Amino acid sequence: MMARSFLGAVAPLAVGFALAVALHLAAGSLIAPFYVKLLMDIGINVILAVSLNLVNGFTGQFSIGHAGFMAVGGYAAGVITYYGSFLLFGNTHVAEGWLTGGDLLFVGGCLFGAVLAALAGFVVGLPSLRLRGDYLAIVTLGFGEILRVLLQRTGDVLQTAEQVEKAGVGTLATSLGGSLGFSGLPYYTDLFWVYVFVTITLVVALRLKFSSLGRAFLSIRENEIAAEAVGVNTTRLKVRAFVLAAGFAGIAGGLFAHEIGTSLNPRELGFQKSFDVVIMVVLGGMGSVSGAVLAAIVLTLLPEALRGFSEFRMPIYALALILMMILRPQGLLGLREIWEMKWLKR
Amino acid sequence: MAQAVSALLSIQHVSISFGGLKAVSDFSLELPEHGLYGLIGPNGAGKTTVFNVLTGVYRPDTGTIRLAGQDLIGLKPHRIAWFGMSRTFQNIRLFPDLSVLDNVRIACHLRAKAGFVSTMLRLRSHREEERIIEEKSRRLLALFDLAERAGEEARSLPYGDQRRLEIARALATEPKVVLLDEPAAGMNPKETHALAALIRRLRTEFGVAILLIEHDMGLVMEICDHVTVLDYGVTIASGEPAAIQRDPRVIEAYLGEPTEVA
Repeated sequence: MMARSFLGAVAPLAVGFALAVALHLAAGSLIAPFYVKLLMDIGINVILAVSLNLVNGFTGQFSIGHAGFMAVGGYAAGVITYYGSFLLFGNTHVAEGWLTGGDLLFVGGCLFGAVLAALAGFVVGLPSLRLRGDYLAIVTLGFGEILRVLLQRTGDVLQTAEQVEKAGVGTLATSLGGSLGFSGLPYYTDLFWVYVFVTITLVVALRLKFSSLGRAFLSIRENEIAAEAVGVNTTRLKVRAFVLAAGFAGIAGGLFAHEIGTSLNPRELGFQKSFDVVIMVVLGGMGSVSGAVLAAIVLTLLPEALRGFSEFRMPIYALALILMMILRPQGLLGLREIWEMKWLKR
Repeated sequence: MAQAVSALLSIQHVSISFGGLKAVSDFSLELPEHGLYGLIGPNGAGKTTVFNVLTGVYRPDTGTIRLAGQDLIGLKPHRIAWFGMSRTFQNIRLFPDLSVLDNVRIACHLRAKAGFVSTMLRLRSHREEERIIEEKSRRLLALFDLAERAGEEARSLPYGDQRRLEIARALATEPKVVLLDEPAAGMNPKETHALAALIRRLRTEFGVAILLIEHDMGLVMEICDHVTVLDYGVTIASGEPAAIQRDPRVIEAYLGEPTEVA
């Protein structure tokens, strides 16, 4: 009994981690680099969409500042790995490789980024106690934009170990490359870490949804007055949703920052990125974890599939979304999970 | 025990105004344990405002509200629910996209102890609690003839079932006092009759005290021990149903011809 329940608690994580190891081993040989990159993009978008779903889908608050939290996490992780590598190893490239010192420094950086982003989530979540709907959306948008402007005004990235050693913590934390972006970050992000964090995100989101606590989250989106009346502390749960979502966005930011073929700059993590994630949540179905996963996969692959007709890419994309809103406004799966759909049960 | 002193819910001199409008003035009521009291009055008399003040949606300008000795003034609605006051709404407020079972389970969350960590780790305490919550919810649904509909979306229920579900949900918070806001609205005579029996069961089986807002005079006069009449926010009469029916001020303000009543 005890052993079985322990297994039930750990099994999903174990399966996810095993998959991550398998992907890691297959990455060099069985999966071509192009597809490795695509799978990493998908994973990062899954983390973003599933985490934003905690706020927009579960508690029904409308946040359009998710890229801002991603930026907080990305830059924080970047500072740790980049400047940390100089201080620890003398340069940024010695310790690359799976589960080496540099790799672990990178994961530490991602977790640090998650904590900072969660703190930012707390700060942005506080106004959600008083604001609703469009007004809250504007605050979250404002947060993202303020952050973008601040990041654009940061100093150049320090290039040598000497400079880094001489600089104080304050200088390091503000030498983020300005509007050109934080260049020179080592490429630590690989399929293993992406899918480890995807697994954790999914387990957290699903366990939350199918629990008493998660149902209390959902009650807020359904009817806030009734939720309060049956004893749900709506303010506390709304802030909690923001903190949790921002934390995962921070991790996604850390992964994004150290991914090959991406550039960590303020423009890249602006409101356009936030909207991309909102679209994933809306398309997948507000409150559906598997819907968010599905939408993240489809919307990462779609631009690739349409690459051949690049001039029609944006119109097709827009048209698909408009049709979706007309034909299925609740999103692909609505509130349900894919295994709860009626057409599957028949 | 003297009833007046040991009242479960004690409302003293509560007033609230919105701008220049005095919605409720000097409202007092002593609801004893197991009491079933009615609150009636013409539309706009301030009945629902009284409920909103009691449940913390509005803060009264003056007056005191005590539930089992606990001062409720200034508390948030979820705290008031925690201290044992639960309600239904005049315009039904269910969680429409969620299942009937989930509607009740959410109300059980108030008394649940498992926190975020035990939920995430699927600890034994969490799973045990989930099991207890589900059992309790299904028992409540069975009592309200909603057991077969447990898996359906709340929005898909017929109107009468939605009203009953709201009452079941209110009871799931383990209240001491239940406030029912026009539970018979939109029901046919047969459904109203069944509702009367159900409300009686609430106090015998769950031991709760009930404050009832209702326009269906037949229902009010049939089941209430005591009736308070509001008109323009002012309490114009208060007493046993039979006395209220004869009160000339009530008849003038609200009931119209006395022959309509019985």
